[in-house]
Amino acid sequence: MKDFRAEVIKNIPPSGIRAFFELVIGMEDVISLGVGEPDFVTPWHICEAAIYSVEKGATSYTSNLGLLELREKIADYLCRKFDVSYEPKKEILITVGASEAIDLAFRAICNPGDEVIIFDPSYVAYVPIVTLAGGKPVVISMVEGDDIIFDVNKVRENITNNTKAIFINYPNNPTGKSFSRDELIQIAEVADEFDLLVVSDEIYGELTYDYNHVSFPSLPGMKERTILISGFSKAFAMTGWRIGYAAAPNYIIEAMMKIHQYSILCAPIASQIAAVEALNRGEKDMRLMRKEYHKRRNVIVDGFNKIGLPCPHPEGAFYAFPSIKRLPFTSEEFCHTLLKEENVAVVPGTAFGKSGEGFIRCAYAASMENIKAALTRIESFLKRRGLNVSG
Amino acid sequence: MKDELHLKREILEILSVDCTKTASEIAVMLNQSEETVSLLIRQMEKDKTILAYRAVVNRQKVESTKTQCIIEVTCSPQRGVGFDAIAQRIYKFPEVRSLFLISGGFDLLLIVEGETMKDICFFVAEKLATLDHVKGTSTHFLLKRYKEDGFILEDGEKEQRLAITP
Repeated sequence: MKDFRAEVIKNIPPSGIRAFFELVIGMEDVISLGVGEPDFVTPWHICEAAIYSVEKGATSYTSNLGLLELREKIADYLCRKFDVSYEPKKEILITVGASEAIDLAFRAICNPGDEVIIFDPSYVAYVPIVTLAGGKPVVISMVEGDDIIFDVNKVRENITNNTKAIFINYPNNPTGKSFSRDELIQIAEVADEFDLLVVSDEIYGELTYDYNHVSFPSLPGMKERTILISGFSKAFAMTGWRIGYAAAPNYIIEAMMKIHQYSILCAPIASQIAAVEALNRGEKDMRLMRKEYHKRRNVIVDGFNKIGLPCPHPEGAFYAFPSIKRLPFTSEEFCHTLLKEENVAVVPGTAFGKSGEGFIRCAYAASMENIKAALTRIESFLKRRGLNVSG
Repeated sequence: MKDELHLKREILEILSVDCTKTASEIAVMLNQSEETVSLLIRQMEKDKTILAYRAVVNRQKVESTKTQCIIEVTCSPQRGVGFDAIAQRIYKFPEVRSLFLISGGFDLLLIVEGETMKDICFFVAEKLATLDHVKGTSTHFLLKRYKEDGFILEDGEKEQRLAITP
């Protein structure tokens, strides 16, 4: 029998995360810093609002675009928090997680061969999603030595006649790097100069610790050339509810909607109602969670630096991305050996692209006790090999 | 140094959740020097902002025989001192673990602890209800604890997250 799979699928490599997950599963007493989702459960009032809605019979489809009430709340929230105005009836689409919004965005904009600039390392799905949409990912490394640095010249050098979009994600998974207003302005200037679209995944925007998050479409002239993507998973601890959204000019939302209406129809109604509750009364919960992540960020970064694994300063999200370049291991070897010997799970940087070699992603969406225990175990791992900083 | 009052609040917030955290650990969490944090903790101990460090106990795990009750008390305020004088007379009894002046249908709310139910009945009948200015009491014995100081006392729900996710 012939192989029925499409060529494009055959050529997409399996996820490095999945391979590592298979190793961890079934192991006992593992401290995992490999979980890319909040360790908080969804605030109870949000769960309760969804339960109540189901009890009251909210079990139907919604509009393809999503509940108007939710779109209105999102428009109000974006205006209030990030100073960017969207028309809820025309410019916002509710999706099944931010992942669906990203998928729709590239399927809606990519003609075969259109180039999309993606910074590396990046979230595991970016390159495959662009590829599946028929686009051509153009990957730009942000790694310089042990650090993660934005250099607009690298973007300029990679622009061709086929470049259609720049795909940014800040604060970033896996590095925690965010963009300052100055850096965003540099990206905006390039987008303007070369007439490019910017797809801006700001799912971690609320989890920014050192300064206020600047939303890309709020920059002068950028709303018209931006697809803003965000959702409820990270800031409101609602990963399993799968509610995301895209905000963009009407003609782009309409294009995304064409795909969404035939493939998904609408996001689940109970989850949409939960999201309404999150925006009505959940911002306090979100602030408390952010405060806790902030403390953990300080502890984990301090911990890695002290044990001699230099950690680029993560300005947001809940990931630290320490460098292991001075150690005699590849990222994958380090993670496998650490898991085997110390029962600590961290994710090889290479799961997020080639530039991730020499780094490990450590999620601090874990209890303070587990973060400290993991750091202690990593330190013993290094000491046993004479690789700790004091030798 | 951050605004001192703000920093004190941040320190108290951490200690209220886990009083075993050291000044050095708190300093890293708040990105402050250990000296600053130690100094502020000492100040708050001295001025009685921090009264004590102790464990939140799930008494149901240790089969404590002690009995607790909540007592609503109505009383008459006194000229010049309001409810303070009667409150003072009541809180001096060691059986009274907590005492609050509250709004609503009664005036004082007490949490009272005794070795047995009989001890508490004796305290209410002989001590509390007989005080001048106490007009009435209503006693509610605690039967089961579900949540204490923010902690749900039933065994926690299991971790639902996968061990590794993108």
